[in-house]
Amino acid sequence: MTALLAALVGNPNAGKTSLFNALTGSRQKVGNYPGVTVERKSGRLALPDGRIAELVDLPGTYSLSPRSPDEAVTRDMVLGRQAGERRPDAIVAVIDATNLRNHLRFVLELRRLGLPMVVALNMVDLAERDGTRIDVEQLSRILGLPVVPTVAVRRRGLTELAAEIGPLLGTAPATLASPEADIRLLQREARVIADTVTAQHGAAKRWTQVLDGVAMHPVAGPLLLIAILFVMFQSVFAFAEVPMGWIEAGIAALQAQVSALLPDTWLRSLLNDGVLSGVGAVVVFLPQILILFLFIILLEQSGYMVRAAFIMDRLMAGVGLNGRAFIPLLSSFACAIPGIMATRTIDDPKDRLTTILIAPLMTCSARLPVYTVIIAAFIPATNVGWFGLQGLVMLGLYVFGVAGALVAAWALRRTVTKGPTPTFLIEMPKYQWPVPRDIGIGLWQRAGAFLQRAGGLILMITVVLWALASFPKPPEGSAVTPLSYSAAGRIGSALEPIFAPIGFNREIAIALVPGLAAREVAVAALGTVYALDGDEDQVAQSLVERLRGSWSLPTALAFLAWYVFAPQCLATLAVVRRETGGWKWPAFMFVYLFAMAYLAAGATYWIARALL
Amino acid sequence: MRTLNDLRRGERAVIARIAGVGGDEITVRRLHEMGFDDGVEVEMLHRGPVGGDPLALRVGSMVVGLRKALAGMIEIEAAAAFAEAAE
Repeated sequence: MTALLAALVGNPNAGKTSLFNALTGSRQKVGNYPGVTVERKSGRLALPDGRIAELVDLPGTYSLSPRSPDEAVTRDMVLGRQAGERRPDAIVAVIDATNLRNHLRFVLELRRLGLPMVVALNMVDLAERDGTRIDVEQLSRILGLPVVPTVAVRRRGLTELAAEIGPLLGTAPATLASPEADIRLLQREARVIADTVTAQHGAAKRWTQVLDGVAMHPVAGPLLLIAILFVMFQSVFAFAEVPMGWIEAGIAALQAQVSALLPDTWLRSLLNDGVLSGVGAVVVFLPQILILFLFIILLEQSGYMVRAAFIMDRLMAGVGLNGRAFIPLLSSFACAIPGIMATRTIDDPKDRLTTILIAPLMTCSARLPVYTVIIAAFIPATNVGWFGLQGLVMLGLYVFGVAGALVAAWALRRTVTKGPTPTFLIEMPKYQWPVPRDIGIGLWQRAGAFLQRAGGLILMITVVLWALASFPKPPEGSAVTPLSYSAAGRIGSALEPIFAPIGFNREIAIALVPGLAAREVAVAALGTVYALDGDEDQVAQSLVERLRGSWSLPTALAFLAWYVFAPQCLATLAVVRRETGGWKWPAFMFVYLFAMAYLAAGATYWIARALL
Repeated sequence: MRTLNDLRRGERAVIARIAGVGGDEITVRRLHEMGFDDGVEVEMLHRGPVGGDPLALRVGSMVVGLRKALAGMIEIEAAAAFAEAAE
């Protein structure tokens, strides 16, 4: 058991995560700090003296006065106030060699604590490339701290850094001094130190400025952003199809195995129709989510994401949000759950809450199966100009969702999340090549988190819904389908009067009940309501025929409009509860989304009926 | 008094006073964390696509994006004038 604990602390963009990945490799533990949802990343650090220390990567922050829940964890950890956590035995302060003036200010603040500390002078290669020479010995002497030059992405300076950490462990004082200080004085001291230890020879290479000339150009910038988003969504749909086919085939093979091994009892139905098809329906989105995350990680690590936030800020400001909200909202196109988790970087609480509340309006990949079936059934495959009508309707649903989110944000900011206009103040880091090791570790951790959820909460919910949809069984020879006879069917029938005014029939009302677990389950549920058998593709195909025969066009359009807003994802509501610390906001979210879905579906139904 | 908002693209100046932010100590502190301080050189780099908002500045060795409303509270003086005053 490791008794030694060292913590990585530093400004955002100091290359802290790269250094952490390089020091600990892929054997990292990702969990949560007790009581808060901030991610806790730690790994094993082998010291040259043979001891093993635990290294924890604290959230990046500019100072010990936190502005977001993430940054509060960093402060509480170094002060030893974080519940359930030990105070670290030593601090590794990571600073960017190309931005000494600002990063040294934080080192000076941390130094006041009196904790044993070593400074990792990271990205020295970039400083050299910019013609900046740093006198490391002099810097170490002035600070009174060991300073080790490192290049995390090229694994330079790692052994030297570990060698400096070793002797520090076990030398911490019993009590810490207060880090409180006048920030202006620290700033000035940092500037003097930075100017003393650096010498400029030759001109800096200004790659970042050249690239920003395009990325932040008033005309070219937005066009570039649109082009990047277009390529991203195209890739998500184009490249995910094949692996999704493999996952579907794998699940079907498992189901066939179960059918071959078990007699036709409730147990087989539970495994096949409950567990495998329920969890399978979620796991099948893994390829899409991974591709989307790959893009998001690339955009984040290269430094472009902040430029996108800059370009989008004016539009977001119009509805009372902040450019930073763009990043979580973009993730929500894959799945609202990681999107909602990504709102932790937004410092203003009202701003963050609004972003959480509108995140489910971004068209997540779970809505696609529903859209695909309804569009195939009711929208003719003709062309409008150069574009297919079906594709245009799909695009229209995405746009409808985004527009709905903007309207909702505007309304929320004026009512329930009313507060002062949030400020937008953001550092634009220099552009960097993404590091394959960091991308790999990032994707691996996100895939793990997604699969864990599919195996936990979603599994439980699908089993409960399976039971509701399977029992009680209709008597032998009955004409009603088993689903209509079951508890879920009865709940659906009871709900029918609520949905009749917006053009939904009894079958839809019944399908909405099991569809509560996850949106895509509604397709399978409709298949069951119409008593269709076979695998998912067959069901989808024959379902298209069946729906064409039994739904009117206004009903189909109303159903699409419903799904743009419908709050039908228990996993999202569960995450909102965790992130907001209670049932109040998930309940509010459910009610407001339900109301929006109801109004949108109703309006669509009646307008379509009047026109067609 | 000129503020950051009055800078043209590519123009440099020196921060004279972080004013107007008034009693909002938190915002003042954030600005200092981002490297803003009296006497620090700034350069206007980019302006946002709609109405020139937000704007991106080089502050010392760092590039920072902020909205016009906040930039209007930071007073500047000409880089040359500051150099003379310092002598």
